[in-house]
Amino acid sequence: MAATSPATTSADSLPEARRDLAPLLVAPVLMVAALPLVGSLPTWVTLTVAGLAMGMMIFVIASGLTLVFGLMDVLNFGHGAFIAVGAYLAMTMLVPLAGWVQADSLWLNLAALALAVAAAGIGTGVLGFAFERVIVMPVYGEHLKQILVTMGGLIVAEQAIHAVWGGDQKAMPLPQALRGAVVFGDVAVEKFRLLAVAVGLLVFAGMQLVLNRTKIGLLIRAGVENGEMVEALGYRIRRLFVGVFVAGSALAGLGGTLWALYRETLTAAIGGEVMVLVFIVIIIGGLGSVGGCFLGALVVALAANYVGYLAPKIALVSNILIMAAILMWRPQGLYLVARR
Amino acid sequence: MAEALLTLEGVHTHIGQYHILQGVDLTVPRGGLTVLLGRNGAGKTTTLRTIMGLWKPSRGRVTFAGRDIAGLSTPDIARAGIAYVPEAMGIFSDLTVAENMTLAARRGPPDKARLDWIFAFFPALRRFWSQPAGVLSGGQKQMLAIARAVVEPRALILVDEPTKGIAPAIIDNMIGAFAELKREGTTILLVEQNFRFAAALGDTVAVMDDGRVVHRDRMAALAADEAAQTRLLGLTLDAHQ
Ligand SMILES: Nc1ncnc2c1ncn2[C@@H]1O[C@H](COP(=O)(O)OP(=O)(O)OP(=O)(O)O)[C@@H](O)[C@H]1O
Ligand SMILES: [Mg+2]
Repeated sequence: MAATSPATTSADSLPEARRDLAPLLVAPVLMVAALPLVGSLPTWVTLTVAGLAMGMMIFVIASGLTLVFGLMDVLNFGHGAFIAVGAYLAMTMLVPLAGWVQADSLWLNLAALALAVAAAGIGTGVLGFAFERVIVMPVYGEHLKQILVTMGGLIVAEQAIHAVWGGDQKAMPLPQALRGAVVFGDVAVEKFRLLAVAVGLLVFAGMQLVLNRTKIGLLIRAGVENGEMVEALGYRIRRLFVGVFVAGSALAGLGGTLWALYRETLTAAIGGEVMVLVFIVIIIGGLGSVGGCFLGALVVALAANYVGYLAPKIALVSNILIMAAILMWRPQGLYLVARR
Repeated sequence: MAEALLTLEGVHTHIGQYHILQGVDLTVPRGGLTVLLGRNGAGKTTTLRTIMGLWKPSRGRVTFAGRDIAGLSTPDIARAGIAYVPEAMGIFSDLTVAENMTLAARRGPPDKARLDWIFAFFPALRRFWSQPAGVLSGGQKQMLAIARAVVEPRALILVDEPTKGIAPAIIDNMIGAFAELKREGTTILLVEQNFRFAAALGDTVAVMDDGRVVHRDRMAALAADEAAQTRLLGLTLDAHQ
């Protein structure tokens, strides 16, 4: 692109091109406001890290779903199936690798984890491809049918998990090196949470890179805004959509793996549990916006942890209250994605 | 007259249960600029969208460069060599001007010489090259929409009311750009209500009413015949002049 950036002439005034920064402040404000309420710094750090870790896991799961909606207006209530299947595939990989998982070697631990994540990501990616072709494609453009049919897909997936892995609760083996906490002074931070934050940040950075620096990414952003015009420029948006759907499914499988490691147990219902939060997050973030989804996930997860500590009785409704508050401030979510 | 690049024969288009195009017959000669006139709601935009495959014709034939394109998907029609500047411009406001142009250039990065050519007519695009297209004024967005359509040579460009709400100075630049495109051999089908603009550029003209083409002529002949203008275009014309 260097050859095509002409110099700006100084005499002309630039139009207002200010970035919309207010949404960036919500999570920090929440964190600062929670400190005096929580009272103790070590407790606040623990809650904050727990919130950040949970937020990152939700973001990893939700990021693909928000783009799927943005690109093709597809409401996929079956996204939870990829969370569950991913977690089960990872578990299936980790159980026979028990020797590596329990070994005192960080590298063997990480190798086991990498294989589990690969199994989850590839498996859910393939499943996502089949899901798109068989379940979603026949109902493009028909929201009511999409809801019914994708929910049906979720039920089928949950039943298939029962059939393959059994209906009982499973243990999710957490590798040795990720157990326990890192201690800074009188503050203890669980190692797994640090890993979850790192993975979430990596996924976010990777997505930003793809969305902003590659032609595929430009096409996705353009397609979220005006898919018809992308087609009129000669690009097949359905192929793009299938690619995004598959990537989003694989990310849900990755996120489901993290979530199950975090809980150290899993059942077929794991997908449904997380999906409520995921839907709240993509609505708060602004449907179709990856940045908004990232911020929304942080806000929801931080609030869930602070409220769970400060006022456990209202923990269940706190997510809904946050969603209502944000939508009153910005009815389209934190970031409005321009639509045609 | 030159051979036809685009021909519509008996094209019917339904939108939902509405029967909008009711047998459109239209010929766009190669290398010329054809103006499509007609009052509001006559079906001009629907005609362009049907050519582009954004509406599927329920009946009739659309022939482009000897090939029936009526059943093709929109991306395939675009790749056959047709560019489209829609009435609403279709700018990607989240993307920068540069990124909008990058997407429009399918073969690779936009050609430097071609960009200079575009900037000569539409200098604002150079100025705001790295800005999100959403911050452009209406006229600048229209320049960008046209620039996207011409960043690579295309056989046919469909342009829907580019002068609507645009300042006269920009309109003059548009006339210059379209005139040079014509000289390059680009064929243009232009929907236009601004008669001065249409008359300055048009070689042939077709007038639509109620989902049909009701009159075909050389543009110069219609421009000289005020009675025909009033009969065919009525008040719409004065309102837009
Ligand atoms: N999406 C749609 N759904 C239903 N009817 C439509 C739709 N789009 C256009 N129409 C109808 O089709 C007819 C032709 O519309 P079209 O936009 O093609 O007219 P036009 O000649 O471009 O008018 P204008 O000069 O106002 O742009 C109008 O009666 C319009 O109301
Ligand atoms: Mg129109």
